[in-house]
Amino acid sequence: MKVLIIEDEQEMLQNMKQTLEKEDYLVETATDYDSAFLKIGVYDYDCILLDISLPGKSGLEILKELKKREVSDGVIIVSAKNSLDDKLEGLHLGADDYLPKPFHMAELNARIKAIFRRRNLKGDTLIKIENLNIDIENRIALIEDEALLLNRKEFDILFYLASNKNRLVNKTALAEHVWGDHIDQTDSFDFIYSQIKNLRKKLKDHNVQVEVKAIYGIGYKLVSL
Amino acid sequence: MKLLNYTTKYFAAILLFALLLFTVIFYFQMLDEIYDSLDDGLENQKILVINRAKKDPSVFNKTSFKDGYYTIHPTTYSEIKNVKDSYRDTLMYMLNEKDYEPVRLLESAFRQDGKYYKLKVITSMVEEDDLIEDLLYSILWLYIGLVAGVLFLNNWVLKRLWRPFYSLLNNLKNFNIEKEQSIELENTNIEEFKLLNLQVEKLLQKSIDSFKAQKQFIENASHELQTPLAISINKLELLAEKEELSSNNMTLLASVLENLERMTRLNHALLLLSKIDNKQFVEEENLNIVQLVTQIANDFSDFANHKNIEISISSDDTIQKYMNKDLAIILFTNLIKNAIIHTSLNSIITIKIHNQKVSIENESETSKLDDQQLFSRFYKVNPHKSSTGLGLAISKAIADKYELELIYIYDRYHIFIVNFQ
Repeated sequence: MKVLIIEDEQEMLQNMKQTLEKEDYLVETATDYDSAFLKIGVYDYDCILLDISLPGKSGLEILKELKKREVSDGVIIVSAKNSLDDKLEGLHLGADDYLPKPFHMAELNARIKAIFRRRNLKGDTLIKIENLNIDIENRIALIEDEALLLNRKEFDILFYLASNKNRLVNKTALAEHVWGDHIDQTDSFDFIYSQIKNLRKKLKDHNVQVEVKAIYGIGYKLVSL
Repeated sequence: MKLLNYTTKYFAAILLFALLLFTVIFYFQMLDEIYDSLDDGLENQKILVINRAKKDPSVFNKTSFKDGYYTIHPTTYSEIKNVKDSYRDTLMYMLNEKDYEPVRLLESAFRQDGKYYKLKVITSMVEEDDLIEDLLYSILWLYIGLVAGVLFLNNWVLKRLWRPFYSLLNNLKNFNIEKEQSIELENTNIEEFKLLNLQVEKLLQKSIDSFKAQKQFIENASHELQTPLAISINKLELLAEKEELSSNNMTLLASVLENLERMTRLNHALLLLSKIDNKQFVEEENLNIVQLVTQIANDFSDFANHKNIEISISSDDTIQKYMNKDLAIILFTNLIKNAIIHTSLNSIITIKIHNQKVSIENESETSKLDDQQLFSRFYKVNPHKSSTGLGLAISKAIADKYELELIYIYDRYHIFIVNFQ
């Protein structure tokens, strides 16, 4: 999988690069309009992460140019502006997703994977980890062929953790992804914990060969047993 | 007290004092003039009597005032050698008035044919009490007339003169800095009011400018903070994944992350507030508020269940509102979330939609909240809670933007009401 990150902030760029390389993607970077087009001209990317507040030409210009050239890369706009106008314009110009800064690495991961699924793995919407199969299309988890009965939130948690398999998922990232941005009170974390506990119990009861590990107050990690 | 009434009050006091003073002076002057003229008359009569006495000796028989205005008594030189003409007031019984009335009396002496005579001439005097009474009445009428005149002057003339001032006051009263619209000033030819208008206009423009600058600053600052926050959080997440940290260090890291996230939330909230203030939510649509509130309550059901809280919704009304959907969601999310966070365990949160009002009630151990402070930024009931202290301020800003009434009532329950009327 090839990913291009267009971002002028070096540190931000390095963060994204590191986290994506852990997923074994081939990551290229560009810091401005010209170097971005140099790369886009040479390679086809599966996904482009585009910061729209670039110096000189706005990221939206790049988006327009991509559309003009009929490049079919999946574009995720990354923006510090978190402005509705940019979001609407970006999506209108053919971006696939919009991710406001600051975001969690787990969220970035999940969004990129969603793009890949939509673009490359058409029809193949199954995540397979050990004996656990997650059917994303139909929103069901299967152990071999037996359905694991999960409620909506439990499924969302499992899916999100599975998208970030072997990665540490920040509990805030998890809460925001599953319950939306408005869950932003720390006293909601023991609520997440109780949901995780239920999920763990179900996984264990069905002898699923994965485990949700808690990591020192930071978050959770889905690992194979 | 109004300015006009003040002038009336002062005018009335000054007039009262001035008129009294005038009356006293006028009275004495007039009296003086009357005496003067009476005394002249008496002197003239004295000369007339003396002249008559020379021709008509019967004059000497007039020893009492019974049938005339003078008396003559023979006297000796020794008695009158020191007598000069003297005028004095005395009382005399008047037949017509049937009462003693004041008269002016001239006592004099003269010599005729070697004999000395004492002469008294009288003339009727003004009745001072009547004079004073008359004078007082006329002064009273004058005073009333003048005060009425002042009142008239104030209410017609001054009111017209001060109109630019009152219109300025009225405009200032309706001035709202958040609307960023200066006030309309009435044209005037009066120098002072021109100056006042000019200065007020300058002052308001300055306030509006700094208000705008402040809003812009908050928005810019929040924007600028996003990237460093993102970098820090992401770096710490990468560090946490390295699995080479001890559990102690991981706990430290977790705490740093948690606080950075808190800062992010705060920043988001500030940004949101600025955006509402800066009117950046333009897209509007017709919303079914009942549906929206129900949806939000449902979204919170997991969280509420976890705290063993029941959210009960009752609705007997439909509410349609043309507004931005995101803002409508934020408005009610904050209120409902607040209710869930602050309600007692195992209690019920009641959401009632009735009569174009949405009310959200929750029980709590906390007594009545400070409704003056409640909607202001960074107001926190429990300082240790990691809330941003901006939730209600945001809800209020949204309500204000759409001219909805957002009120808080305490009646054993904490009740927040959004009025769509």
